[in-house]
Amino acid sequence: MTELSSMFHPKSNSVVPKETNTMPESRPTLAQPATSALPTSTPVSEHVTLRVKDFNAWYGAYQALHNITLNIPSQRVTSLIGPSGCGKSTFLRWINRMNDLVPNARADGVMQLDKDDLLDRNFDVVELRRRVGMVFQKPNPFPKSIYENIAFGPRLHKRFHRSDLDALVEQSLRAAAIWDEVKDRLHNSALGLSGGQQQRLCIARAIAVGPEVLLMDEPCSALDPRSTASVEALIRELRQTFTIVVVTHNMQQAARVSDLTAFFFEGKLIEAGATDGMFTNPKNKQTEDYVTGRFG
Amino acid sequence: MSAISMRTKRIVKNRAFLALCLFSTSATILILALLIVTIMVQGSNFLFSSEALSAVFGHGELSQIPKIIRWDFLTNLASRFPEKAGIYAAVIGSLWVCLICALLALPLGIGTAIYLEEFAPKNRWTALIDFNIRNLAGVPSIVYGILGLTAFTRMFGLFGSDKNSALSFGPDNAWWHIQLPFGQGLLAGGLTLMLVVLPIVIISSREALRAVPSSLRQASLAIGATPWQTASKITLPAAIPSILTGAILAMSRAMGEAAPLLVLGIPVFIANTPDNLNDNFTVLPFQIFNWAGRPQESFHQLAASAIVVLLVVLICFNGVAVYLRQKLRKPMA
Repeated sequence: MTELSSMFHPKSNSVVPKETNTMPESRPTLAQPATSALPTSTPVSEHVTLRVKDFNAWYGAYQALHNITLNIPSQRVTSLIGPSGCGKSTFLRWINRMNDLVPNARADGVMQLDKDDLLDRNFDVVELRRRVGMVFQKPNPFPKSIYENIAFGPRLHKRFHRSDLDALVEQSLRAAAIWDEVKDRLHNSALGLSGGQQQRLCIARAIAVGPEVLLMDEPCSALDPRSTASVEALIRELRQTFTIVVVTHNMQQAARVSDLTAFFFEGKLIEAGATDGMFTNPKNKQTEDYVTGRFG
Repeated sequence: MSAISMRTKRIVKNRAFLALCLFSTSATILILALLIVTIMVQGSNFLFSSEALSAVFGHGELSQIPKIIRWDFLTNLASRFPEKAGIYAAVIGSLWVCLICALLALPLGIGTAIYLEEFAPKNRWTALIDFNIRNLAGVPSIVYGILGLTAFTRMFGLFGSDKNSALSFGPDNAWWHIQLPFGQGLLAGGLTLMLVVLPIVIISSREALRAVPSSLRQASLAIGATPWQTASKITLPAAIPSILTGAILAMSRAMGEAAPLLVLGIPVFIANTPDNLNDNFTVLPFQIFNWAGRPQESFHQLAASAIVVLLVVLICFNGVAVYLRQKLRKPMA
């Protein structure tokens, strides 16, 4: 894992030290120091990957997001929760500009990845999407072999020697905790895998191009409980290397996998903070009602 | 009304509808079978050897299987005498024209489909283009013949007449010798058929591309592929089996067209296969049309035989299309 990390992030020594291994596995989220996910008024104590300030988004005349201000720290899992239609997926899909595909979707405000303004019209979205990978709700492997699924992304960006590509495919599959299951059938169709395996393959595919951020849009909602558990375990594992943003409908899942939680409601960011605090001691009445299951 | 009679009524309705469906299906098949049998019987004199015919009708023995078919009907050129007439020139002409048509219509049509489906913005202009392509697919082919006559055969009179052409390329005896205007040559025929099938190719290719789940496009774009990389490496490969199926069906349409070539004024009697791209030619449907128009009964029989050959060719085309659809099509998502 560290090997993979250094391969993708040559400057990764500047990143905050990892504290994940010291905590008991059963309640990993409680122990995370996560104060930095509060809106920017609080001083930022650790490295912030994504800075969002006064961000508004529209679909045509309909305003989907209002004045979102949120910092997403690096090498943490941030979950976005909220009822359907609250704008959390819209927010996620602006981070790698997948919303460019939606006619009359527009946004203003500040959204910065490191120092780059990613809402800039001239910003290279192809490069952005290499840096910000995405995993979708429904597993969507290409109708190609397992190997080709992983190799597709890296090949787009650079020419590889066969052996380097083989190594990269193996590393990506190992990082996505699926190598042992597929190493003997790399050249079989990816469509022969189970749903959970397909989703982990999609994660491996996203990892293979060396992103800094991984966006996951309800990555487990199409999976059975066992596959969900394996993907959740993987998300916790990947936090050591990547900055992860997960949209989820499942509050237990948010509690299990994330360090920080942001609660969206009707296009507004109601509350953001350490997952632990959000679920045990929410400051806002709406948050409390939602996390205790009174609505949504 | 009691429950029992309701139930009986439903069962009777169900049976009646089933009978209606069965009747429609069997009527269609019966008509088709009748057509094929009539044509086969009418054309049997020229399709099958006398040996085979006498074997079937009971006074002779068939020595060898390959001798069932009268091959000279396929290898003879046209003739004034029905006994010596064959369809060789028409078959070769059909193949040439279809080849030219395919080489032009498929890249153009598939390219247009990729642009419209994958790149074009969805606005009023592309809606207008879409509407027009759909309308063009419904235009009778004879209308394209008039366009072909003006645009390709005469080239709006810009380069003189085809007997006295202003421009020519290549040595006279090379197969790629081209002169402008195209006259009634292979190029004019191929281009005119291209006009006929282009809308069909575009529409079927677009539908094939549209059937590729958008989740695959999103997956590709989300790992930093450009729209062109996505189209060429993900969408097009996934759509290729359906595109090929549509293309083959379009080619079988081109192979069966006589009307637009009739308007171009291609010659009624062709004694030779074409030598170059500007040479005169005839095609199977046009040969059938000519033979069927003659007063003598034997020419009608010739026409029937040629129809059988054309049908066999078209069934082969459709068979390949079905095969591709079954074998190449993988599940996409």
